[in-house]
Amino acid sequence: MVALDASQERLAGDRRHLGRSLAFWLLALLVAMAVLSLGHGASGVSAPRVLVDWLTGHEIAQTDRVVLFDIRLPRLLTGMLVGAGLAVSGAIMQGLFRNPLADPGLLGVSAGASLGAISAIVLGGLLPPTIIAVAGWHLVPLAAFAGSWLAMVTLYGIATRQGRTSVATMLLAGIALAAMIGAVSGLIIYRADDQQLRDLTFWGLGSLAGASWVKLLAAGPVIAAALLVSPFLARGLNGLALGEASAAHVGIRVQRVKTTAILITAAATGASVAISGGIGFVGIVVPHLLRLLAGPDHRWLLVNSALLGASVLLVADMISRTIIAPAELPIGIITAMIGGPFFMWVLLSNRRMLDG
Amino acid sequence: MIARAVCAATLALSLTMPAQADPHPDAERVLAIGGSVTEIIYALGQQGRLIARDTTSSFPAEAQELPDVGYMRALSSEGVLSVKPDLILSEEGAGPPETVAILKEAGIPFETIPSGTDAEGLTAKIEAVAEVLGVPEAADAPVEALRADLDSLAEATGNEGQPKRVMFILSLQGGRVMASGQGTEADAIIRLAGAENAVQGVEGYKPLTDEAITSAAPEVILMMKRGPEDSGHAVAAEALMTNPAIAATPAIESGSVIRMDGLYLLGFGPRTGQAALDLHDAIYGGT
Repeated sequence: MVALDASQERLAGDRRHLGRSLAFWLLALLVAMAVLSLGHGASGVSAPRVLVDWLTGHEIAQTDRVVLFDIRLPRLLTGMLVGAGLAVSGAIMQGLFRNPLADPGLLGVSAGASLGAISAIVLGGLLPPTIIAVAGWHLVPLAAFAGSWLAMVTLYGIATRQGRTSVATMLLAGIALAAMIGAVSGLIIYRADDQQLRDLTFWGLGSLAGASWVKLLAAGPVIAAALLVSPFLARGLNGLALGEASAAHVGIRVQRVKTTAILITAAATGASVAISGGIGFVGIVVPHLLRLLAGPDHRWLLVNSALLGASVLLVADMISRTIIAPAELPIGIITAMIGGPFFMWVLLSNRRMLDG
Repeated sequence: MIARAVCAATLALSLTMPAQADPHPDAERVLAIGGSVTEIIYALGQQGRLIARDTTSSFPAEAQELPDVGYMRALSSEGVLSVKPDLILSEEGAGPPETVAILKEAGIPFETIPSGTDAEGLTAKIEAVAEVLGVPEAADAPVEALRADLDSLAEATGNEGQPKRVMFILSLQGGRVMASGQGTEADAIIRLAGAENAVQGVEGYKPLTDEAITSAAPEVILMMKRGPEDSGHAVAAEALMTNPAIAATPAIESGSVIRMDGLYLLGFGPRTGQAALDLHDAIYGGT
């Protein structure tokens, strides 16, 4: 009995060590991917040359400047934030629901964001022209963000009674809400003309093609704030793994953990969906893979999820914008196409471990 | 803050309002966005200046040999810049707007050609493209040809008495009929051809119930051919028969199913007069 405990403890120690060294390698990977991403693109503009010219005060061609500073750089930052945001949201939800399959899609948060976007694309024309003029092309992201928040607030309201949030009620209510939101979306889609339908299709597949400084400044801080707060949840989520009652006994303020977790995921998912549309698989695959590699300790899981999520999205985006250049493939297709089989392979090769 | 709002507002307005197109006679690397614009450039004999096109530009066949920058509503800013255009000539509806804004930021002239589905609109479209390319006189021949087609069309139509009722079926999946109502290109070409859209009181492309199909009672069914090698008339007719409501329409009883190339039929470019004539002849049996 004692020997078993000791070996388990050693295993836990190994895992913690693994989490830390993994974080180091993931950070290195992210830096490498960022450099690669900045230097790579359809136009063949050389990032190092432009940077050297810029630093030495040489004249830079207008096109080169636009490609590097107005296209690739905001796109790089957007990709990193969205990837990190989706992966961390997935990790938090899986911890909160003690269910490895939970992701924002399950709770209707993504559905809410989609409903917002669909409404803006199809019904946006019905708004007074002054509103359209002021909101400009931010109408869709704004509506998506509003939609995800509305879904999350509704859900939280349903699941919380007398200051206590029932995670089980929330999960079930989330599934019901997602179905209802889906129905309303369908109703609105029915009104769409064929042009709008094509817009909807492309929006649903997800893309970073619309990345811009303005969008990044609007949604970036929301995701960044959510990411910065997330490490504070680690201890609470670790405690919750024991079950709510046990977590409360070891001194974890369960309600506070739940509230914070929900706020973070709503903010990160809402903002991510708003700027990049529907990008699937990152939220579920990345935390899952890291849990298999370095164990379920959230102290490293959350950080590593952010790092790996960012890298994964950068790679997917690089593929999406170069594989059929000068055209571009929606990134959601890439994440699902790579993520799906890869995930399947990881699952199959770890089957014995998963089955316990 | 207010300055930014005003700036955003003017930017948004400038994007929604079709700006007055400026002539660019010196543009030597033209990127065409939209099937009809590409067709018009060829009709004007200006294809030598064309360096790339979008996915919807599938006619003429030579155009397909040019680099494809993607679907016109999902353009990639760096992809477009990579073909190094000095003029972008586009149909209405190119996007996303962020991409268009970045292209303008990069200093590449982006000219939008207003769309039009009637005789006036079509002529204006050809003239607008010629204007932007700085060769206004090149529009004379195609405009004249278009007018001649439309004139013979006007001569042909109106002698048939009661216009025939045509139903355009966009798709037929699992027996579900997606038909075109008002405000669609299909509706416009059916009317140009001197016939009547059998589907009334519906906006856009909508799935129809069996009862709606029965009460629409089309005398002719119009569909798109999926490609040049798609000659499967029998297959299409068979597919139509799987829907009992369609099978019972006068169109199927008389065997009046017409299939035409999608871009030719719905592209609204220089060939539209000819397409409407062909459609008219197919509907009324060449009378």
